Amino acid sequence: MTIVKTTIGRRSFLKASALAGGGMILGFNWLMSACSKPEDVLALPKEWFELNGFLKIGDNGVVTIMSPNPEIGQNVKTSMPMIVAEELDVDWKRVIVEQAPLNTDIFTRQLAGGSQSIRQGWTSLRTAGATARQMLREAAAAAWQVPVNEITTEAGMLHHKASNKSAGFGEMASAAASVEIPKEVTLKDAKDFKIIGTPRTNVDGQKIVTGQPLFGLDYKQEGMLIAMIAHAPGFGLKLKSMDGAEAKSMPGIKDVFTIKTYEDDYARQWSDVSAFPELVVVVGNTTWEVMKARKALKLEWEPFGDHNESYSTFQGGSEDKKVPGGLENSNKHTQLMASLAAQKGKVVRKDGDPDAAFKKAAKVIERSYTAPFLAHNTMEPMNFFADVTTDKAVLVGPVQTPEFMEKSASARLGLPLEKIDIQMTRMGGGFGRRLYGHFLVEAAVISQKMQAPVKLIYSREDDMTFGTYRPAYHAMYRAALDENNNLIAFHVRAGGIPESPLFANRFPAGSVTNYLAEEWSQESNITVGAFRAPRSNFIAGAEQAFLDEVAETAGKDPIDFRLELLERAKSNPVGEKNDYEPDRYAGVLELVREKSNWGQETPGVYRGVSAYFCHNSYVAHVVDLMMENGKPRVEKVHCAVDCGIVVNPIAATNLIEGGSVDGIGHSMFSNITFKDGVPDQSNFDKYRLIRHREAPKSIEVHFVKNDIDPTGLGEPPFPPVVGALANALYKSNGKRFYSQPFIKDIETSSMRM
Amino acid sequence: MAAINITVNGKMQVLDIDPTTPVLWVLRDHLDLVGTKFGCGMAMCGACTIHIDGVATRSCVLPVSEVADKSITTIEGLSEKGDHPVQKAWLEHDVPQCGYCQAGQVMNAASLLKDNPNPTDEEIETAMSGNICRCGTYVRIKAAIKTAANSSNQ
Repeated sequence: MTIVKTTIGRRSFLKASALAGGGMILGFNWLMSACSKPEDVLALPKEWFELNGFLKIGDNGVVTIMSPNPEIGQNVKTSMPMIVAEELDVDWKRVIVEQAPLNTDIFTRQLAGGSQSIRQGWTSLRTAGATARQMLREAAAAAWQVPVNEITTEAGMLHHKASNKSAGFGEMASAAASVEIPKEVTLKDAKDFKIIGTPRTNVDGQKIVTGQPLFGLDYKQEGMLIAMIAHAPGFGLKLKSMDGAEAKSMPGIKDVFTIKTYEDDYARQWSDVSAFPELVVVVGNTTWEVMKARKALKLEWEPFGDHNESYSTFQGGSEDKKVPGGLENSNKHTQLMASLAAQKGKVVRKDGDPDAAFKKAAKVIERSYTAPFLAHNTMEPMNFFADVTTDKAVLVGPVQTPEFMEKSASARLGLPLEKIDIQMTRMGGGFGRRLYGHFLVEAAVISQKMQAPVKLIYSREDDMTFGTYRPAYHAMYRAALDENNNLIAFHVRAGGIPESPLFANRFPAGSVTNYLAEEWSQESNITVGAFRAPRSNFIAGAEQAFLDEVAETAGKDPIDFRLELLERAKSNPVGEKNDYEPDRYAGVLELVREKSNWGQETPGVYRGVSAYFCHNSYVAHVVDLMMENGKPRVEKVHCAVDCGIVVNPIAATNLIEGGSVDGIGHSMFSNITFKDGVPDQSNFDKYRLIRHREAPKSIEVHFVKNDIDPTGLGEPPFPPVVGALANALYKSNGKRFYSQPFIKDIETSSMRM
Repeated sequence: MAAINITVNGKMQVLDIDPTTPVLWVLRDHLDLVGTKFGCGMAMCGACTIHIDGVATRSCVLPVSEVADKSITTIEGLSEKGDHPVQKAWLEHDVPQCGYCQAGQVMNAASLLKDNPNPTDEEIETAMSGNICRCGTYVRIKAAIKTAANSSNQ
């Protein structure tokens, strides 16, 4: 039994009121449990204490839970309300979940990113449910004149056994609204959960399979115009001249003009990344008319030189970031990364004396790994609706950072924050792309100019060539073994264009006496942004492929080798900042070993293993490859996951399957390459995303069972599968795969069999 | 502009429209049927899949002039109550994540099962390979198609 307080200091993060037509509403803060210590909470800005979640109990007993978090396919709209319903003790069939409209006066901290929604919401969601339940019990005790501790609840009903009295939650809801909010409430023991841990299907499932309007692209308003943009075809280019006369004369076209997304003196927020802040815009009545007219634009582009962009800092000031001029090429990137990797980088962590250890080593292994830029390619291209008038802006669409973009829109439109109303739609995928909401500002600027409601739509080409990519990465690893094949030193030097993928304090840091981690980076005018499991999406695969090779050189089973290192990290850790729990890390490896029957050789099946910890969850994969028509095909993925308590197993399993497919797909097939700044891939004819016949034939997911508070699953299943795939490819082919996408080397090498 | 008659979900529609307009945008912009999705505009992703006289077709590159007097079915008209065996199987297997591609997946799967009521795994994979799911729900899509096949065959 856990008792939690509903206040911190003198501040309460709950507030109850009666509903006008009968029933109660309880407001609460979804994210209060993001802070582990009361001092942290007290240090938070005042607005964080605003209520951002609501739980409504109607007099008919129907419970409505308003979910403020953006839904991008991670299923928070189902899984988070399950947590509230559990503690409230209500029948899930009588729960309605609504996406809360973004009212930034009330809902704050609305952001989907970093796989944090469930983790941060866990305690506050439970507290809200338990508080409402307690208030209902007190209302019933008062009505029946019996002690409150004799009132029990079950599936939306209140009972008093001794007097044989019962009532539905709805009957007591109005009275409960005037009960004083309890100072502390008792949360259920995990063993008593009835909803958490049981499979609950997507609350929007029926709407999705019948094609109901849910997404930003589906949003419409009377009199709405359609806008499309033309941006520079390549990075390092800007508009030289524009002749829109012909386009403007075409049927259905209202106007052709250029816009600046951000004013010159504006200090951008982190979420304002845009490679193309000057755009040509075509506005017309229908999408097809605008698409046709856009082809008639006569545009000339020219290279720009080095310049600065101003960014705001978290301390409230601003700093200039250099945007280098020049037209970049992928072959030059490859050479540049190799040469930078050959030089010393910035030392981020050093344990022991790596230099001396490498000198006395019996064997030294050195390998380098690379991965290209990637586009997010959400299936729903970037789009946004805007209706900007002189005194307010209504902005509707798919964005992961409404709270930040509200400020950008306010600054750009010259309207106060409270006049900016952002409403969120369901998102046709995010993967990090919709954290960067330039398209919201663009739509707003276009609407302001047209003095009309406008829907901005990107074509696939606009979307894929706009930048905000996953960076290109390089990692060089060295390992030293002594004569007994013990790992005595480990060295990683990782970098990228324009960011390093290094996590210096992650495994195997802490398990090796002599350890060195260095990083480097190279500036570029190609813009980048968070991409599902940022940095981990590359470094995990590189590290886990390297460890496989080291284990092989040491003559050890790859799982035993990792477990040996984890045992060292547990019993006698090196350094203090190790960013993982060795036991839980080992736990997923042991589970995947057992469930995949690791060690049992099946003819024609080639296996690779990998494990990684990121975004607070532990995941291990075993990938089984078979050859099909001379090509490797993933037959099966075995996956072991430790994310603490599994809130909704069917949705969790779906996310893990999807993350595994995503990791396999991107490392196998996808890349963005550049010639003179222009991306070679602009649509799915050249950009390969994994397809049905390339996907694993089956995926088996196993969870480590424990009562640890839950952590997220949006990102953790992606990174390790890349390593498991690379290791399985080696088994199938006898050749190691160092460079993503792996398909390039597969196509040029003859596979075994 | 030209006068074109098309039948969508059993209802005759009289349009005065640029005959080169792709059916996708006719549905979305002119007829308010937004269930059919825009994904790539070059028939490479399958998000815009509809049925023309019962056959799965990509609507984003199909000029409306070519479907005059033909019968179009969209996701909104696949079943009256949203209870087509494929739709039911999709819910049973909780297939969608973001959900954006799923209308196209469902329409493609329904067409596959009409032609081939009992597809093998390989036939499913081949038939569904034109429909990209960026969230990676392929394993569930395959399982749902098998469930739908079984329920239709009973």
